[in-house]
Amino acid sequence: MSERVVIVGSSVAGVRTAQDLRSGGFDGEIVMLGEERELPYDKPPLSKQVLVGSMTEDEIGLLGAGGWDGLGVEGRLGQRATALDIDERLVQVEGGDEVEYDALVIATGVRPRTLPGALGDHESVFAVRELRDGRELSRALAGGGPLMVVGAGFIGAEVASSARSLGVDVTMAEALQAPFARALGAEVGQHLTELHRSQGVDVLTEASVAAIETTRDGAVVRFADGRSREAATVVVGIGTTPNTEWLASSGIPLEDGVLVDEGCAVQAAEGVYAVGDVARRWDPATDVYRRVEHWTNAVEQAHVVAQQIIHPLAPAEAAKAPYFWSDQFGTKIQMVGRPHDADRVELHTFDVRGSAKTVALYSRGGGFVAGVTFGWPRGVAACRSAWAAGQPVEDVQRALLALSSGMAPVA
Amino acid sequence: MRIHADIGKCQGYGNCVAIDAKHFDLDDDGMVVVLDDAVAPDELDTTEEAVRSCPVSAIWTQAAGGPADE
Repeated sequence: MSERVVIVGSSVAGVRTAQDLRSGGFDGEIVMLGEERELPYDKPPLSKQVLVGSMTEDEIGLLGAGGWDGLGVEGRLGQRATALDIDERLVQVEGGDEVEYDALVIATGVRPRTLPGALGDHESVFAVRELRDGRELSRALAGGGPLMVVGAGFIGAEVASSARSLGVDVTMAEALQAPFARALGAEVGQHLTELHRSQGVDVLTEASVAAIETTRDGAVVRFADGRSREAATVVVGIGTTPNTEWLASSGIPLEDGVLVDEGCAVQAAEGVYAVGDVARRWDPATDVYRRVEHWTNAVEQAHVVAQQIIHPLAPAEAAKAPYFWSDQFGTKIQMVGRPHDADRVELHTFDVRGSAKTVALYSRGGGFVAGVTFGWPRGVAACRSAWAAGQPVEDVQRALLALSSGMAPVA
Repeated sequence: MRIHADIGKCQGYGNCVAIDAKHFDLDDDGMVVVLDDAVAPDELDTTEEAVRSCPVSAIWTQAAGGPADE
């Protein structure tokens, strides 16, 4: 068993790896390097509860009441890893320090993509990734609007929802014709767009941003087609980039993330693993490397890696059904599977005790590849077990119908 | 071991059900329902995985007869 595990990254993937190492019986040293100076915190609330003030910063902490000591981890915050030497088994840290490892867990995550000339200034232009972003955006929204959200993705949509609940006027600008289509496909994206419009969000489509200029009162967003809008606050949510630059000279395989095997191990470097948003893990079922930016994925991979470090010869736990949630306008939007695999999408409505629940079922050749539920957690739970069981989409629809009428168990 | 749940914390993410459907379900409003709060020793790994998977720490296990066991 490894003597010293070094975890680079202090967000959920890194912290869960440490927690799972300890609960799995690992009694060696654990060192965690975190670039941010903040104690580890959970990111999903940053675009929701943190913005509307329903959760405090303490409540989103990841370490638990015992802190670093309770977890048995040496936390080194404000320390950015700058290079990796896989032969000497050393991580170099900004400022010149070197940290030796027996096992290394890369959990450096992703960072928001920015628009040229529109770096977040934290006064009027924001991305939402770090606690600082949430804290300062919350302050900006409390000062009123209007808010311009650039990019109709889930982070932007959640910020829009949070801002509307605070009474802020919101415009959302999407470069493509169909908002949310990248994640959900055009039809389901349209359904979500209608939800936003019904809640007073002004959704602009084919609105490609040419420039964001900050002014004394906020910013002016200029679009490629000549339109422009003024806003007190701008949130840019146009995707992410994996934080792998520090690994560029290490020789480990990088390709839109760190390429790892089924056990989240880097094949070319002994004792090196990657977890969470930064990891591109091989999926033996489909023979594809996939990078998944979901909370549940990070937690599952953290467990896989902790088990691999403790029991190096045991087979790795297989990846589970991809699962993701988003909270918008009081509706829980939950997704299982991979909508992009579909050649057919059907929107169904199920009557659950007098309440209409919308479910999108995605299929390919009759096989169920993804499901998205709106405000029906029990429905998505049934979709998850159906996905895992490889059921045909017809059976999933029947199962949901039975579930909605109270005739069937969830799994 | 016994399962405890804090309905006030539950957000209906449903990870517990996906992992351990013997012990967990959701009601129509998406709140966790503990189907059976007793966890046999050979079930503990699965139940603990379900506990770890909860994004809002709404469920946990505790030795039967412990201080919070009523």
